[in-house]
Amino acid sequence: MTTQQVVAPEYLFFEAERERRFMTGSEAVREAIKRANVDMAISYPITPQSESMHLVGDIYAQGYLKEYFRGESEFAVMAAVAGAAMGGVRVFTATAGPGTLRAFEMFPTWAGARLPVVCAFLTRGINSPLTIQPDTIEMAFLLDTGILMFHAENAQDLYDMILKAFVVAEQTDVHIPVGVFADGFFVTHTREEVAVAPADLKLPPYNPYSAPVPVMDMENVPVRQMRDPFVMKSNFISYAAHASWQQEILAAQERARKHVRRYLGGLLDTEHPEAAVLVVAAGTAVSQGREAVAAARREGLDVGLVKLKSLRPFPREELRALARQARALIVPEFNRVGWLAREIKSVVEDTTKVIDAPRVFGGMTMPPDLILDQIRRCYA
Amino acid sequence: MSKGLFKISPGFEDVMPAEYKELVTNGPYGRDLGISDLGTFKELIEEHPLCAGCAEALALRLILASLPNPEDTVIVGSTGCSSLLFPQVAVQNIHSLFGNQNAVATGLKRALRLRFPDKVKDVAVIAGDGATVDIGLDMVMQSWFRRELITTIMLDNEVYANTGGQESGMSPQGAVLNMAPLGKKFPKVNLPEIAREAGCAYVATISPALPRRLGKVVRRAILVAREIGPSYVQIFCPCPTNFKWPSAQVLQKIRDRQKEGIFKVREYVSPEAEAYLARLEVVKQHDEEQ
Ligand code: SF4
Repeated sequence: MTTQQVVAPEYLFFEAERERRFMTGSEAVREAIKRANVDMAISYPITPQSESMHLVGDIYAQGYLKEYFRGESEFAVMAAVAGAAMGGVRVFTATAGPGTLRAFEMFPTWAGARLPVVCAFLTRGINSPLTIQPDTIEMAFLLDTGILMFHAENAQDLYDMILKAFVVAEQTDVHIPVGVFADGFFVTHTREEVAVAPADLKLPPYNPYSAPVPVMDMENVPVRQMRDPFVMKSNFISYAAHASWQQEILAAQERARKHVRRYLGGLLDTEHPEAAVLVVAAGTAVSQGREAVAAARREGLDVGLVKLKSLRPFPREELRALARQARALIVPEFNRVGWLAREIKSVVEDTTKVIDAPRVFGGMTMPPDLILDQIRRCYA
Repeated sequence: MSKGLFKISPGFEDVMPAEYKELVTNGPYGRDLGISDLGTFKELIEEHPLCAGCAEALALRLILASLPNPEDTVIVGSTGCSSLLFPQVAVQNIHSLFGNQNAVATGLKRALRLRFPDKVKDVAVIAGDGATVDIGLDMVMQSWFRRELITTIMLDNEVYANTGGQESGMSPQGAVLNMAPLGKKFPKVNLPEIAREAGCAYVATISPALPRRLGKVVRRAILVAREIGPSYVQIFCPCPTNFKWPSAQVLQKIRDRQKEGIFKVREYVSPEAEAYLARLEVVKQHDEEQ
């Protein structure tokens, strides 16, 4: 193992000279964790995630992490991750599709317990019938669990977003979990050039006493307390405490905006934002959108691209402003339900501008031509 | 834990709740107290909302009085009657979800070992039979297979009590309970045997009708889990409310069941645990003689 030196997050993210390497998304996860000063990682295999947690195990063997083990199911892993975070260590795990749903009860629990867990969701279709194909439907289920959600377009994003996720999650005024999403196979199993910081640099360690709630270590007051909302039945205090706690989690998401802007350079990126027609996408749909936009512009059509990087917090104001001046927003998605179009419709003033197509699912790839057809229709 | 942690900041003496002040001045932290000292110190548990006569409440009180190291113990609970009582306990405690207590405790124990390599930090799971034997059995057993250094204590009230009296894996065969309209079809799950087979170095069954013995068992279980391997304690504390017994009769019912041989006090100590406990005894005697 390379001896590592702790550097400021800003230096690691923005200043350290990067080396360009050819790697898969799974390897980008490994490279991020290598530099993230993670104390513990807990794994459970599920395609297409398995390779990434296997690679994290390899760097544990090399000494980059202090603890690593395979749990007994996704639910158990997410529970053990919660225990570790409550015990005051920086902890990482990853899952996908059916694993996400098996573990589901834990995600709002992480958020409710103010745990700064970082989890990579390397998305996949949900049964039945059995599938291992790429699909982003699991993200629809996670939108309202209280976790922050970043969506990577490619391996580079995955590397950057995982590292930055720890820093955003651990801010005292945020201190809630972050899910970093990447489309299974398209990102995890595809090799591309990724620029990574030197392996001898790492993030500063997590300070568990930066948490806005007590760490469960019997080293800090109070001890006569309850970490979780009261459950006493038919009790006005119970209702008031739980309701205000839920609002506090939402407020923590709101407070995350400034940190996401600082570290991710904004909640969204744009290309030709002044265009009359905008393709608005997240994840690998952005890449297809970019292809389609380039083709359409060659045809002389006035089209721009909006890449959403953060879905929670959602770039509400940014999208509303973009939608105000655009004639149409085309939302291509890799899922059946069209959750992203729904989200966009929930914030723009004129929902008739939102074209919730094209949509592919069940593992189908998205030919940029499908997006191009939608663009042409706007000009027909 | 630093004992100074419990000092009240100067100027705040008047506004601190009375029971907190009592905990600071007369709590059990760092004093090596046990069940025979009950009544002489401020207990770790405050008043609680469990039913009158609840054997589980008594068991928990006895467990807390027996912790060898309360100032460095974190307890992990699960959903059930006992989770209503945890907020009043003066050690840090986690209620995560239903059935995942041993998985949470696994992560917690490993985290505390990383952060405090030179300090003893005990992690004890205290959960009901539904959480331990039914919904959580996978995670309970897997923590034993992995030899996690945690103590698992089951409060066996023989029923899903908090949700209104449904049969559990630990309900007696034939008992007519909610969701067992024709009587429960299979016998109590033999978790002590399973625990032994699954790798626990110390396994015991006990009841709050035998308080001193319960204290000894809990202590031994926690000590074994410090160094040797996982430990399991099953505490027989049937629910008077759902079995419809007058509150005052619970302990008698437990004694009757013991007499009938339906509930048996048992203890299994692995050879390594035996040797370790004997070693601790020798050290303790030596210390006392000094
Ligand atoms: S329902 Fe039963 S187990 Fe629960 S608090 Fe009441 S007596 Fe105790």
